[in-house]
Amino acid sequence: MASHYEAPIRRPLVLGEKSYHDVSVDIAKPVEGKANKSWWIVFSISLAAFLWGIGCIVYTIATGIGVWGLNKTIGWAWDITNFVWWVGIGHAGTLISAVLLLFRQKWRMAINRSAEAMTIFAVIQAGLFPLIHMGRPWLGYWVLPIPNQFGSLWVNFNSPLLWDVFAISTYLSVSLVFWWTGLLPDFAMIRDRAVKPFQKKIYSLLAFGWSGRAKDWQRFEEVSLVLAGLATPLVLSVHTIVSFDFATSIVPGWHTTIFPPYFVAGAVFSGFAMVNTLLIIMRKVVSLEDYITVQHIELMNIVIMITGSIVGVAYISELFIAWYSGVEYEQYAFLNRATGPYWWAYLLMMTCNVFSPQFMWFKKLRTSIMFSFFISIVVNVGMWFERFVIIVTSLHRDYMPSAWTMFQPTFVDIGIFIGTIGFFFVLFLLYARTFPVVAQAEIKTIMKSSGQRYKRIRESGGSLVGTGTDPRTHNVNIHSGTPIVDEKSTVKPQDPKAINELMDSVGVFDPTTQAKDDLQQINGVGPKMEEVLNGIGIYSFLQVSKMTKREYDLLDEITASFPGRAERDDWAGQAKILINNKK
Amino acid sequence: MEGSSKVIHAMYTDDDVLMAAVKKVRAERYHIEEIYTPFPVHGLDKAMGLAPTKLAITSFLYGLTGLVVSIVMIDYMMIEDWPQNIGGKPSFSYLENMPAFIPIMFELTVFFAAHLMVITFYLRSRMWPFKKAENPDIRTTDDHFLMEISAGANVDEQFDILRNTGAVEVTLIDKAH
Repeated sequence: MASHYEAPIRRPLVLGEKSYHDVSVDIAKPVEGKANKSWWIVFSISLAAFLWGIGCIVYTIATGIGVWGLNKTIGWAWDITNFVWWVGIGHAGTLISAVLLLFRQKWRMAINRSAEAMTIFAVIQAGLFPLIHMGRPWLGYWVLPIPNQFGSLWVNFNSPLLWDVFAISTYLSVSLVFWWTGLLPDFAMIRDRAVKPFQKKIYSLLAFGWSGRAKDWQRFEEVSLVLAGLATPLVLSVHTIVSFDFATSIVPGWHTTIFPPYFVAGAVFSGFAMVNTLLIIMRKVVSLEDYITVQHIELMNIVIMITGSIVGVAYISELFIAWYSGVEYEQYAFLNRATGPYWWAYLLMMTCNVFSPQFMWFKKLRTSIMFSFFISIVVNVGMWFERFVIIVTSLHRDYMPSAWTMFQPTFVDIGIFIGTIGFFFVLFLLYARTFPVVAQAEIKTIMKSSGQRYKRIRESGGSLVGTGTDPRTHNVNIHSGTPIVDEKSTVKPQDPKAINELMDSVGVFDPTTQAKDDLQQINGVGPKMEEVLNGIGIYSFLQVSKMTKREYDLLDEITASFPGRAERDDWAGQAKILINNKK
Repeated sequence: MEGSSKVIHAMYTDDDVLMAAVKKVRAERYHIEEIYTPFPVHGLDKAMGLAPTKLAITSFLYGLTGLVVSIVMIDYMMIEDWPQNIGGKPSFSYLENMPAFIPIMFELTVFFAAHLMVITFYLRSRMWPFKKAENPDIRTTDDHFLMEISAGANVDEQFDILRNTGAVEVTLIDKAH
């Protein structure tokens, strides 16, 4: 027997009185519904930024890299800063889906889908920079070891920039199949719920014919586990290889052995901050507060705190080693960071990365959604400056004072960065409207161990056997093998008996103690239907939320209009959400 | 004779009830053809007596393949074909310059292990774009669990057993071939 024991000290991960069916309904809702106005506003802004970015990219490629602020000393600045920043952001997704899976962290299930989406969209942004920062991007394919007509001229496997090509493309493609394989059962759920033929067709295509056989699930779980086992060293290696771009150089301030783990810690740090930013908005916009709870945000904040502290230790180690090394170039590199012309960037990076995560030691702050949101933005700003400081301050003053210079970005540098932010949000917003944003099949596996409702049942000594059943979908029909006699309903509209029966089960509304709700907030209830409901005696969301299949049928009999409407729109489920939102 | 082409579908609405039913049906020595569930029910494969999957082993072998491919490729291109001096790196033998090759050896190992295993999974489980879904009831991706057993000589007795295990729907199906 599947046992669902869990220590009572653990807080529920899925709030509210949710059944398996509720999970499907809640997660399919943003996909099945229509985009609201705020979605369109944010989408338009992102799209405009994206198009502006495309303009800047086309201008760069058509005119030359000289339109950027680079000079002969500083050959890398915003381009590679943004590249490392985006790759770093991408890392949290794999960390959440792979590392937390290996550690059997159940809280990852509500956030892994979006974190992986974020990984893929961020790596796409990152992948743009190695291409567009080339002087001759149309020869970009020369980085691949393809047999050719130049006597077969190969690439040089000693270069970290070539390692980057292999690392980023492996990372993107493995993350993509990991994400997609996890999506199959969720696409299948949406496919089987879809009523519009076009939607059904699209999701059938996306779901690859997923049928949910026991053997499929067994393989699915093994594949997930092995991919997690492969993705964990992959995620560590990718940012390590990115850090080799600097660590294997001879530039003072770059040539360090601490870079590989320190870049990875920084990547997790900034990646989690980005996940936090996105999820705090998303849980609100698509009303998934019951799945992405304050506990999830708190746990992410703890990871931010830990990795932020690791980054802090790395900063101090660098300073110590610079002092301890006795190499004046190295010592000057750090003196220059702290007191040179870019002191403000160094100070900003130190403040944002070393001090801001330390606020998370206070429970009051780390459980505050507003504060977490603020800190998550601060961290991303700080981590952008970390990469900027490492790259630019080490380049602008190194061995020969005659080559010392300054860096000034142009509008094209800035425009491309803004463009990638726009592109990222375009992809993420489209994802949030068309993809199941929470891995519902995984959430359903932890419902009985970590769902609030089931924890309550278990703690009151009840058995969980049979509690997954939902009254709305539970329809005992033992004899479906024999033909069912089709009886025409004899109940007339406005049947008093049916009304009494309906009122018995949904409860009577008491105007002296309760306030009337605006029932038109329920999708599917118009002004006419509200009048009808009020005429029957239904005034509150609470009453609507108690409706099940039986009550819907009674309602259909009474009103004799739009049969099946209430059930299809899941009025009870909607009413539950509205009640929760009121609190 | 006609019994062989018929199957019984028993529908459940709870995973624990399903697990108990699987054990009961197995104890009665009826053959479970298939079970469709909306999410992985842990322990179900054991209860059904499914053999463990060998995908992890294939992945290991694919990883080894990737490692060999990377070593052969880099050795040929860097040591055999054009043993050039690039920044003073020793290109006399593979081992001498191996540290610089480790990143790509690692990445290709992971690349092969991950992708070929996923492709194997898709082919073994017969999944690809435009593949038609084969779950007999659409509720099995929401919150219903469907057990399919082959109908024996005494269908009425099987119906009774299944109803007693808590099935909410028991149906005799003619399997179309």
